[in-house]
Amino acid sequence: MRKTTAISEPAKGVAGKTGSWRLKRPVIDDSKCIKCLICWIHCPDGTIILKEDSSVYVDYEYCKGCGVCANECPVKAIKMVEEE
Amino acid sequence: MSLQIKELDRKEYLLPGHTACPGCPAAMGLRLLGKALGGNMILVIPASCATIIQGAFPKTSLTVPLINVPFASSAAIASGISETLDLQHKDVPVVVFAGDGGTGDIGLQALSGAAERGENIIYICYDNEGYENTGIQRSCSTPYGAWTTTTIKGKPEKRKDIPSIIAAHGVPYVATASVSYPLDFIDKVRKSSKIRGLKYIHLHAPCPTGWRFPSEKTIEVGRLAVLTGTWILYEIEYGSFRLTGPSRSLLDRGKRKQVEEYLKAQGRFKHLNNEMIKRIKEEVESKWEEVKGLTLRGERGSHL
Amino acid sequence: MLKVLSGNHSAAFGALLSRVNFVAAYPITPQTQIIEKLSEFVDTGLLDAKYIRVESEHSAMAACVGASATGARAFTASSSHGLIYMAEMTFWASASRLPIVMAISCRALGPPWNIGNEHTDILALRDAGWVQIFVENNQEVLDSVIQAYRIAEDERVLLPVMIGLDAFTLSHTSEPVEIPSQEMVDQFLPPRSDKPYLLSPENPFTFGNMSNPTEHMELRFMHHTAVRNAKNVILEVDKKWEALFGRSYGGLLDEFMCKDAEVVVVSIGASSGDAKEAANILRNEGIKAGVLRVRVIRPFPSEEVRDVLSRVKAVAVVDRNLSPGSGGILVSEVKNALYGLRSKPFVKGYILGLGGRDVTVEDYQAIFRKTLKSYEEGDDRADWVNLNLEVLDR
Repeated sequence: MRKTTAISEPAKGVAGKTGSWRLKRPVIDDSKCIKCLICWIHCPDGTIILKEDSSVYVDYEYCKGCGVCANECPVKAIKMVEEE
Repeated sequence: MSLQIKELDRKEYLLPGHTACPGCPAAMGLRLLGKALGGNMILVIPASCATIIQGAFPKTSLTVPLINVPFASSAAIASGISETLDLQHKDVPVVVFAGDGGTGDIGLQALSGAAERGENIIYICYDNEGYENTGIQRSCSTPYGAWTTTTIKGKPEKRKDIPSIIAAHGVPYVATASVSYPLDFIDKVRKSSKIRGLKYIHLHAPCPTGWRFPSEKTIEVGRLAVLTGTWILYEIEYGSFRLTGPSRSLLDRGKRKQVEEYLKAQGRFKHLNNEMIKRIKEEVESKWEEVKGLTLRGERGSHL
Repeated sequence: MLKVLSGNHSAAFGALLSRVNFVAAYPITPQTQIIEKLSEFVDTGLLDAKYIRVESEHSAMAACVGASATGARAFTASSSHGLIYMAEMTFWASASRLPIVMAISCRALGPPWNIGNEHTDILALRDAGWVQIFVENNQEVLDSVIQAYRIAEDERVLLPVMIGLDAFTLSHTSEPVEIPSQEMVDQFLPPRSDKPYLLSPENPFTFGNMSNPTEHMELRFMHHTAVRNAKNVILEVDKKWEALFGRSYGGLLDEFMCKDAEVVVVSIGASSGDAKEAANILRNEGIKAGVLRVRVIRPFPSEEVRDVLSRVKAVAVVDRNLSPGSGGILVSEVKNALYGLRSKPFVKGYILGLGGRDVTVEDYQAIFRKTLKSYEEGDDRADWVNLNLEVLDR
């Protein structure tokens, strides 16, 4: 139905594929990860995704490469790697 | 037992791919707010960074009912919503998520009115210490000495103590929080949702873009603010003052990190001379003296 | 039930009968009795409503926006500086498409402070996107507030409505007013629907985030269309009201002896009554005088005004308002409406009654006569009625 006023619906990617903003990408070393979830709670973009067993992976489609996760990981399991 | 990260709601109420700067504390705040209340809220957002984070019509990055409002009006709009929900016998928290400018400058009148009338709203001020959305201009919350585009030699005035102003209205709950201490913030939001009346939470939001530090340092800078005693975590519940989080152990001056560590981490303070740094440290000291008194009164259970 | 009511109290009774369930208001002379009466209604249990005694007019409209977006039937009132102070929110309310009703007891703007009757305040907001209706007497105040909700909440409109009443002449002057029964009003005005949208936990939408140039113009087109739709709705509502209550105000225009008129005064508000008396006196002298009271300023009834005035030789448009540097606001709207006519009537504008200055039946007689004389002389310059600059030499 045609809209008559400014009502918006929820959607991912309102700024497009923000993964394209990255200069560096976070790479998680699962062998070091202690599943503390500190990276997950601090991520401003919700692009650290939890698996059922509380291990984490990165949604590279939208991750902006801010580096907060890498900076906060207590066991340095996340490294920021240059994008090609 | 206190809240654990792994107990938190896994659902995202702020969807990825939003327009916030990398490392944005306002985005962090919104995300945590969603998890604190399980998305059960009507959200009121005035002109601010949080407006832009939603993206452009016809899409939005928030999954909760949200009304965007003019700059000065948040607390008044929220009052109208909350009273109407009451009329409809609907028990849904009305939450304002406003910036420091929209709270302490242009929005203060409406907030003061709502506080005085005891409107049933949760008012969260996310404080990035300036008008960051419009390009880093100075606000009442910009600290003394900070560079902004309208205080290029450093702000000559000290900041407005907004939580104290609101506490002076006699509202049932006032708290400070920090994005660097997410569980403390979530606790305070949840506590607020169980109290009737005006609940005010002042959330420290270190802004990489405005404060001039690398985007990965947002949480670290916020943590330094607390551990140096520059930002104090507390709550005032029915007039009773108590420190929370790491701030509890910082009454002892020896336990606080050097304030310089916090200042050096931010480009907006790189022009400070010794005299200015001295003044900043003195202000931190005198605030802690005040807190000492408030804590003692709080322990004795005195009410405002 | 017949009661002697002031214009302000008539507005309050209108809101009461409309089953308004939300009021947010801030006092300002000469509106205060509206909000005091409503407060009394709420505190004595007569009106089941939430009443927020806000700390400013800006917050009054903001609270109404919040309430209306959440499904309440919201009402407020203001005047003069209060209205201009809430101007930002007023623009916001209409583009938010919320069916709020506001009574304005029209008062002059300062400095210097003046509490007298003047229409500049409400006319300055004719661009705010509201429906604007002006009334002539207290019965019309009461009736129009109730009608306003019917208009505002109509799905073809979904806009806020302002009811303008003259300061003191209506707001503080008592007249006999027929108060309709609640049962009859309930027949006329159904409960509020959930249009255009409802803030509620079941609806996870965002209202009013950023727009791009790609959509903003189209949204504004929708807004414009809605205001224009109000024209037909106002006419329908007038007919429905007449059927139920036996009173009609003509909808968009109140035509008094215009059909065969050679000279017509165009005006808004209570002063039109004095113009009508003057017209009667002139008719006795053989001058075919008429009065066209424009009831609706927005949407401006251009076609209807054109139809009435196309047959008239000379038109006097009286403005109890001022757009400094331009002149009267009503006269510019009227001339705009007449532009398309191949053969246009002679139009002369009159500025009068600013700052609450009295305008009498004698003044209107003089205006009719002067207009005819000016028509003969071809002098269509605007006239300031009873202007006496020597008072500034004191």
